[in-house]
Amino acid sequence: MKNSQEWTDQRFEELIANLLRTGVGLSATVVLIGAIIYLARHGFSPANYRVFHGEPDELKSTHGIVRYAFQRHGRGLIQLGLLLLIATPVARVTFSVFGFARERDWMYVGFTLIVLVVLLYSLFGSFLIA
Amino acid sequence: MNVLEFTFLVCIGSMLAGLLGALTGLGGGVVLVPLLTIFFKVDLRYAIGASLVSVIATSSGAAAAYVKEGFSNIRIGMFLEIATTLGALLGAFLTAKVPTSAIAIIFGAVLLYSAYISRRTRPRSLGDNPPDPLATRLRLNGDFPTTEGIRHYNVYRVPTGFGLMFGAGALSGLLGIGSGAVKVLAMDQAMRVPFKVSTTTSNFMIGVTAAASAGIYLSRGYIDPGLAMPVMLGVLAGSLIGTRLLVRTETKRLRLVFSIVIVLLGLQMIYQGIAGKI
Repeated sequence: MKNSQEWTDQRFEELIANLLRTGVGLSATVVLIGAIIYLARHGFSPANYRVFHGEPDELKSTHGIVRYAFQRHGRGLIQLGLLLLIATPVARVTFSVFGFARERDWMYVGFTLIVLVVLLYSLFGSFLIA
Repeated sequence: MNVLEFTFLVCIGSMLAGLLGALTGLGGGVVLVPLLTIFFKVDLRYAIGASLVSVIATSSGAAAAYVKEGFSNIRIGMFLEIATTLGALLGAFLTAKVPTSAIAIIFGAVLLYSAYISRRTRPRSLGDNPPDPLATRLRLNGDFPTTEGIRHYNVYRVPTGFGLMFGAGALSGLLGIGSGAVKVLAMDQAMRVPFKVSTTTSNFMIGVTAAASAGIYLSRGYIDPGLAMPVMLGVLAGSLIGTRLLVRTETKRLRLVFSIVIVLLGLQMIYQGIAGKI
């Protein structure tokens, strides 16, 4: 019994490690492609971040970013890559819910669901009030 | 400065921050925001947004390596993430309310504290104490591999640790950093988690904590792709190189130098905050 649980724990941890690696790799690739387009088009414009004016709507919301990125805008693609990066820990937590459920550790299924709700609220809920 | 030059210089600076952060274990995030605001004259809100994104990248990248080694404790991590993510939400809400000069002063104080904590000695373990009933109920006690075989450890003072983690999350959301120093404090000093377990578990938690405030930052327009791109790619590359070099490098002197840099940046942030320049 103890051994089989240790085995699933280890297997579970390896899956999480691969998930994290894939998420970061994918995100960095998309950001890099976006960077090339962005720099090729705007490389010689002046850079100025002294004054904060916030981002335009198409770079602030999930659906706005996706639409802008698919129009092959460099900044949109970079932002999509960053969104993938933010989604990586969310995917990790979602995955953990199933991991704990498989071990029938309901207390930790509950804890993990709380964390997941907080993350989803931040990612989607904040658009409702922002 | 045009976009190409700016991107190149920020990328080099971020790479250095990521490299030093990984080599010293102090995290690159803490020096990124002062680097961007003091040297590149970036608005504090954009700097915090870019820094937070890079924190997710390095944490997830490093956690992938650590999880396999079997040091991090997933249950401690998940349980405490309830506190850190709720704290991070609060912190992210506060960034819009608190004036940037006050954020700069808090940031400086956290830098000074991080430098201080990195210099002090670690507490001795309470190996033989009876296990804490709450920790047992929450199944937080665990074991990890050492050269002499599997070592078991018990976890203590869970409510204190949980409270400190809420604070760590709030700082992370307010300042766009991983606040690894506070997380390690909560686990090492309060909960008596062994050093290897606390550092790797803290790293594991940082990405989730940062993701909790990143969504709010994004919807507020703090994350600018033109700035976040070189920062994220630079820090990621730097920390990957740093982790590779770590096995072969003598880090004691490097830690001292990096601590001094952190103290100077901290004082500068506090000064600029008080002078109202940020």
